[in-house]
Amino acid sequence: MWKKLWLGLVALCFASMARAELTIEITKGMDNPTPIAVVPFQWQGQPLNDDIAQIVGADLQRSGQFNPLDRGKMLNWPHDQSQIFYRDWSILKQDYLVIGRLSQAGGQYHAEFELYDVLREQRVLSGQVNGGMNNLRDIAHYISDQIYEKLTGIRGAFSTRIAYVSAQQFGGGKGSYRMIVADADGARPRTILESGEPILSPAWSRDGKRLAYVSFETSRPAIYIQDLSTGQRQRLKSFPGLNGAPSWSPDGRKLALVLSKDGNPEIYTFDLQTLQLERMTNHFAIDTEPSWMPDGQSMIFTSDRGGQPQIYKMNVFTKDVQRLTFVGNYNAKGKLSADGRFLVTVHRESRGANFHVAVTDLQNGRVFSLTDTTLDESPSIAPNGTMVIYATKEGGRGVLSVVSMDGRFKYRLPDATGDVREPAWSPFLN
Amino acid sequence: MKLSAVSKAVALGLSLAWLAGCSSSGKTTDAGMGQNDNTTYGAGASNANGGVDASAIANIPSVFYFDFDSSEIKPEYRDALSTHAQYIRSNPSVHVRLEGNTDEWGTREYNMALGERRAKAVAAFLMDQGVSASNIETISYGEEKPANPASNKDAWAENRRVELKYQ
Repeated sequence: MWKKLWLGLVALCFASMARAELTIEITKGMDNPTPIAVVPFQWQGQPLNDDIAQIVGADLQRSGQFNPLDRGKMLNWPHDQSQIFYRDWSILKQDYLVIGRLSQAGGQYHAEFELYDVLREQRVLSGQVNGGMNNLRDIAHYISDQIYEKLTGIRGAFSTRIAYVSAQQFGGGKGSYRMIVADADGARPRTILESGEPILSPAWSRDGKRLAYVSFETSRPAIYIQDLSTGQRQRLKSFPGLNGAPSWSPDGRKLALVLSKDGNPEIYTFDLQTLQLERMTNHFAIDTEPSWMPDGQSMIFTSDRGGQPQIYKMNVFTKDVQRLTFVGNYNAKGKLSADGRFLVTVHRESRGANFHVAVTDLQNGRVFSLTDTTLDESPSIAPNGTMVIYATKEGGRGVLSVVSMDGRFKYRLPDATGDVREPAWSPFLN
Repeated sequence: MKLSAVSKAVALGLSLAWLAGCSSSGKTTDAGMGQNDNTTYGAGASNANGGVDASAIANIPSVFYFDFDSSEIKPEYRDALSTHAQYIRSNPSVHVRLEGNTDEWGTREYNMALGERRAKAVAAFLMDQGVSASNIETISYGEEKPANPASNKDAWAENRRVELKYQ
């Protein structure tokens, strides 16, 4: 298992890694998060930049399902099973305990970790992981993933990443734009493209290796595909009018995109191997924001063919179209959960109301708002389906927030200088 | 540069047809969402040949504002747009770029489409007045290039616009 991770870590090695101050600001908490103590790992070398236990605790906290114990309240810091006094942890009302050891050999780190059930006084998980000298954060996120999956039965998504756009607007149509890729917790942001012209609509390939996006750098919009490990870019053939809203097919062979070359915005698919373009919609309304469904058989998209933007679903073979949203007078940029049950949209209840991120349960048609701020947009679902990242405005500035799929837990991503928007959550990367 | 009487008449007829048709086109609009330009404009200076020279477009608006979620050209811009059309017709080597923009409400890709609708509405007006499609280029920036980056009613009204730029 950790051999596989090691390969992943090599791919994640970036040229520049900026350190960000990670103060997670929880804006809405759950009622009863599970108490868990993550003890600082044993380490006998020089002080390190990154603290594994702190990162693991923060990861678990950001899931909304756990409440990590402040290490200042710990009565002792055990590093192996023989040092654990369960009574100490039950006095502190902890359900679970994580301990571990970090060592260094041959230019890489080796971490061992153990998870204990305090009430039953037994070890429920142990594991180990190796990583390069710059990859302590990857080691920590891997450990978080293991612990989270053991305790919730849901695959952890702490080792994933996000792409987003950071912009500075100077007024008069002038601005500067950067496409950034960072860890899911906002750490290690890396600028992969900088331009004086707009950049938008990042879309991850299903293997997480490439990012498609729209850039106006030639003074016209065009879709680009950038390989994240080599930085190599490919520009798709562009057409007069709109070239936008790329979305990868699950098999990575095709992009769905929007072109207006034939008069008004229509959805096409572009086969990256045969270079064949296929027109998918044919309607005088605006058709945009395609998003492929996980089965590859259909896609959802935004259309105002009913008078207002709503989400429609199309069978990609028959091109039959069916409307999915009926509540609210604006539903756009739809994203479906992996199981196809929950549809997340940018939603407006009625004319003049604010835009929120809302979830439609397609089984019963019930709609509920996940957010209550203004100008909430660009929702993107974590690959394990538990959280939604979105952009919102705060004090006139774009910020990124994350909300649990049930709307009960919410936090804001730290740092993010400038005006940030258009977050896209990567698929699983290992 | 000289326009024949026939083509003038055709252009006039087309523009009248457009004016007649446009009140029913476009979507419903938000009232009172802001209006930026109250200037009135003349028909522009004609030169001796009946064409129009650059002085005619020097002092007329080249930015046209729209109501919320609307791509309908407001009546007060028709004179200015007609003068631009006359100028372009008189100077066929001129290339004009129409940049459609929106406010920050709604999703970015949907706004790209809306910005394009606005740019194309202005292009259609110019073409109805006899301007050749080959003189016009449209582009949409959606909400990506605000004229005013603030987040308030005045800024939104300033950002819902088409900018006409001579290249």
